Amino acid sequence: MAVPLTKSPSLDGPPVSYDTDLERIEIELLLEGVYRHYGFDFRAYAYASIRRRLWKRAEAEGLTSISQLQALVLHHPDAMERMLLDLSVSVTAMFRDPTFYQVFRDEVVPLLRTYPFIRIWHAGCSTGEEVYSTAILLEEEGLLDRARIYATDINDAVLRQAKAGIFPLNRMQEYTDNYIRAGGKRSFSEYYTAKYDGALFSPSLTRNVVFSQHNLVTDRSFSEFNVIFCRNVLIYFDRNLQQRVHALFYDSLVMFGILALGSKESLRFSQYEACYEKVHPREKLYRKVR
Amino acid sequence: MAYEIVVVGTSWGGLTALRELITGLPGALGVPVVVVQHRHRQSNHVMATLLQDETPLCVCEAEDKAPLEAGNVYVAPADYHLLVERGFLSLSTDEPVRFSRPSIDVTFRSAADAYGAHTVGVILTGANADGAEGLRRIVDRGGLAFVQLPATAESPAMPAAALDAVPQARVLTIEEIARAIAELPSPVERAS
Repeated sequence: MAVPLTKSPSLDGPPVSYDTDLERIEIELLLEGVYRHYGFDFRAYAYASIRRRLWKRAEAEGLTSISQLQALVLHHPDAMERMLLDLSVSVTAMFRDPTFYQVFRDEVVPLLRTYPFIRIWHAGCSTGEEVYSTAILLEEEGLLDRARIYATDINDAVLRQAKAGIFPLNRMQEYTDNYIRAGGKRSFSEYYTAKYDGALFSPSLTRNVVFSQHNLVTDRSFSEFNVIFCRNVLIYFDRNLQQRVHALFYDSLVMFGILALGSKESLRFSQYEACYEKVHPREKLYRKVR
Repeated sequence: MAYEIVVVGTSWGGLTALRELITGLPGALGVPVVVVQHRHRQSNHVMATLLQDETPLCVCEAEDKAPLEAGNVYVAPADYHLLVERGFLSLSTDEPVRFSRPSIDVTFRSAADAYGAHTVGVILTGANADGAEGLRRIVDRGGLAFVQLPATAESPAMPAAALDAVPQARVLTIEEIARAIAELPSPVERAS
């Protein structure tokens, strides 16, 4: 099968003439090469979504095959940087799934009050929207000064963005709406200052936040936590990698610690299901009980 | 040709159309059905519940990595893209495609690429052109396409766009599409 010479008109993939078996080989070779050369391990990412993201990058670079993309990223670290952004950024929102935060406030906060000191891990925090959401919630519950939040991501560039605390102004209407539905107690605009097209969030929200690089695929546990947030990150991993990360989370939670997953993620297909009980029937909040 | 998966896309008017389609399906179906309907990002599981009321088939909102099982109806959750892999489903929060998440095109393309000629795509009522390109991909891979007769659609734009992209699609009423799906040769029937 010849490599197609014209660019696909589609936004996310090659033309139908592209051989899918060959494509799989190319993707595996690219990910193997990236791992061996740069140390970033995407080999156990969910195939359908990483494939979309690789093609998006290939098309943005004006390329028509994954092999071409492999040559580019292996020889040009700056191209690798760009691809790393595509592969590791998860798109999220402040107070995404407001009912989740409402239940967190109602059901989890009372548990957290019983601890003198609270350690929280936002694993795969991306650009930090949910870190700021948690910080706001804890601030309103009077718990932020008792808490330390570890916000980690594989990607340094998004961590810098998270640390800066500037979010697009045009999202504030949506976030305000989410905040209110999540049981917010103040006026959302108290937390940020609008400047040009950005909303700068109050630096005091991150006074107890530590931003640091951590790779869920290759790095070990680095502490024991009362709460671990990992929402809509595991969806990008295949089932084996999900199991490995669940082992990491289990080892990193104190007994009776809370694991918070995305609304369509579950422990149902995991061997750790029996180690947790549900905090709430609908929201994906689990408590480690054994 | 045995079919292994049915993917259905719809937007405006979709709930009524889906109820009719689901009601028309037999209680035992040899393939999984994956449904993508555009809806507000904060809408919840109510749609799956409403559809469940119409059928003995098991209707659920798709969870990440859920195995695809014959006779189950999987509804794409609001605010996620739903990707079909061979034997299971995957979710993604990547950017909306043409303002839609879930995007019908994304799901249809992934189904066509995972199941090739064993894929059946169905486009029902809707107010935009999402799904046309995905349906094209299904047919290009040798799969089967059904489009709701535009004159019978609450909003004919989506079926019409699908027909522009896939002129060879079978154009039927919802009732006829349900019957055609029921009569498709499926792997289960073939094995029995």
